[in-house]
Amino acid sequence: MTRQHVRRLTLFMLLAPFLLWILLMIVLPHLGIFALSLREKVAPLVYTIGPKNYLDFLREPIYWNTLLRTASISILVTALTFLVGFPIAYYIAKIAGRRVKGALFLACLIPLWVSDLVRAYGWMILLRETGVVSSVLQWTGIVDGPVELLYNDATVVVGLVYTVVLFMIVPLASTLEGMDDSLIEAGYNLGGSGFTVMRRIVIPYAMPGIVAGSIIVFMLTAGSYLTPILLGGKNSMWFTEQIYEQFITRFNWESGATFGILLLLFTSLTVWLGLRLSGQSLATTVARSEA
Amino acid sequence: MAYDLECERVRKRFGAFVAVDGVSFRIPRGSFFSILGPSGCGKTTLLRMIAGFETPSEGDILIKGRSVLALPPNRRNVKLVFQHLALFPMMNVEENIAYGLRCKGMAKGEIARRTADVLERVGLPDARRKDIGQLSGGQKQRIAIARCMVLDPDVLLLDEPLGALDLKLREHMKIELKMLQSRFGTTFLYITHDQSEALVMSDRVAVMNDGRFEQVGEPRELYHHPKTAFVAGFVGDSNRWPGRVLDRDPAGMRVETRSGLIFIADVTDGGIGKGDAVDVFVRPESIAVTRGEGAGGQDASGETNRRTGRIEGVLFNGANTRILVRTSTGDQIEADLPQGGAEANLGNGDPVTLTWKRTGAKCFARAGGTQAR
Ligand SMILES: Nc1ncnc2c1ncn2[C@@H]1O[C@H](COP(=O)(O)OP(=O)(O)OP(=O)(O)O)[C@@H](O)[C@H]1O
Ligand SMILES: [Mg+2]
Repeated sequence: MTRQHVRRLTLFMLLAPFLLWILLMIVLPHLGIFALSLREKVAPLVYTIGPKNYLDFLREPIYWNTLLRTASISILVTALTFLVGFPIAYYIAKIAGRRVKGALFLACLIPLWVSDLVRAYGWMILLRETGVVSSVLQWTGIVDGPVELLYNDATVVVGLVYTVVLFMIVPLASTLEGMDDSLIEAGYNLGGSGFTVMRRIVIPYAMPGIVAGSIIVFMLTAGSYLTPILLGGKNSMWFTEQIYEQFITRFNWESGATFGILLLLFTSLTVWLGLRLSGQSLATTVARSEA
Repeated sequence: MAYDLECERVRKRFGAFVAVDGVSFRIPRGSFFSILGPSGCGKTTLLRMIAGFETPSEGDILIKGRSVLALPPNRRNVKLVFQHLALFPMMNVEENIAYGLRCKGMAKGEIARRTADVLERVGLPDARRKDIGQLSGGQKQRIAIARCMVLDPDVLLLDEPLGALDLKLREHMKIELKMLQSRFGTTFLYITHDQSEALVMSDRVAVMNDGRFEQVGEPRELYHHPKTAFVAGFVGDSNRWPGRVLDRDPAGMRVETRSGLIFIADVTDGGIGKGDAVDVFVRPESIAVTRGEGAGGQDASGETNRRTGRIEGVLFNGANTRILVRTSTGDQIEADLPQGGAEANLGNGDPVTLTWKRTGAKCFARAGGTQAR
């Protein structure tokens, strides 16, 4: 065996677990789901292949309305997450001292210690009719009777932003960390105002981090289940809820698989559009946010 | 005379630490002024105060006769070339240069015209559309200067801008910078720890140490008439011997080193008296070298010092040759050989006689903690 063979074999052995993981956990299930979504039931236990499930989706406005609604709320959440996360990331990366920096990063990670479910229940304890916020408002006399703060879109959005903001802060802070402070100073020295420096220097520099963070946040939000269901209640009209219902409640696996594929396609399309509009490409984003 | 930049007793404290300690100077319009000092002496801090990124703890800074302490950095018409240039990587050359003009709200056509004009002036008319990553080190340098000069600053501040370049390019850029300065006619304040950069380019140089100016003067003056031990040791190469004063008269003094060498030296500091600890500095090029031991021994009377010794090392660097001589008393002396002539081919182990005039030896009181070499 030549050295080159050895090297190739080594590479293969190193990559094998990763490739297996991709194949077994991602490619195969999706192929299975895709196949399932093309199956049409003509009689009990008799199936043919066809696009009926997809046509059903298009024919029923409530389905695609839910999908559009999920996508637009996810975009809103992504934008809000950026607005909330950017100042925090900027503070961590550029303003805080060395020790404060570590503490802040840790503080950002703490919510991850607690499971999604517990966090959502935490929100419920705060916001329900008999919850902490409602009681405090009544006690201070700001409101007369109990107020229900759960089960509306605003609460869902706030809950989602809270859940995913960390995934915006981390890539942003690490991109900003790599930015030489003298670039910002040069921006001021050459006559830029605080706003100009932000818009023309800091944000363009942080673009790969912004894109990476936005993609993660958008995908996580669009695919999230617990937060919208628990905070939004039965009427939250979240697309993952439809998928769950098809699979579990109606036992209609074909339709559930179709919805799953549609969600994947639709979110991918949105991300692609976002990349096109911001003039970034996935490859440069990954390469630059790693560098 | 009109001054573009004046500093009056500027002081900067970081907690208990004083980084800049009461510095005063004035830079006449259109001149090239350098601040030369070792690492950590406060050069960058001083520059950052002038640019507005730090606030002086005391003192005043005036640009064109007006105090700028109340102005934020983006309202001061001093532009800074950063040590690592800080060109904006997400913009191309043209956008980098146009940035400052756009901040001023200038019209598009005018921006394009000025950008092209300044690129022409720094000798890179074809670089407009290039990305920053496509430029060589020297080209980046010139773009960084162009980016500032296009704004027509009152003073251009440069913080060791040649530090990142390799030796050859640095030599070239020294000349280039000087030419650019005279072409633009702008006042330059140049900061460096490299004495050759300061001497070659500047009209005037301030030597800085520990937050203070030791001496301000023209390059020749600093080189030939240093006022303090630090300047004598820092500017140019020197032999330095610590010693003690044996006796003095108005013209000069006799100094004995620990090893027993005796010098006659020029008094540079009036306050030195008999018995004081002093440093004696002698430049290698003011030592004359002759072959052979001659009369032997040492002589330190009248106007000249004479020593004999053997060559221990020969350092050839092209333009001149330096020899290291070990004297009979065990001291090492560095001397330069004249170009050509009978002494040019001296080699290791050869006996030589070294002579230098009293005026070639400068004597300074030894300050506690002065770290001249
Ligand atoms: N923000 C700061 N806080 C505390 N100390 C500082 C600060 N900035 C600079 N110093 C200290 O002030 C001194 C002078 O620093 P400065 O950067 O001005 O040196 P310099 O002359 O530019 O050195 P170099 O040639 O290495 O760049 C240093 O001892 C440095 O540690
Ligand atoms: Mg410095």
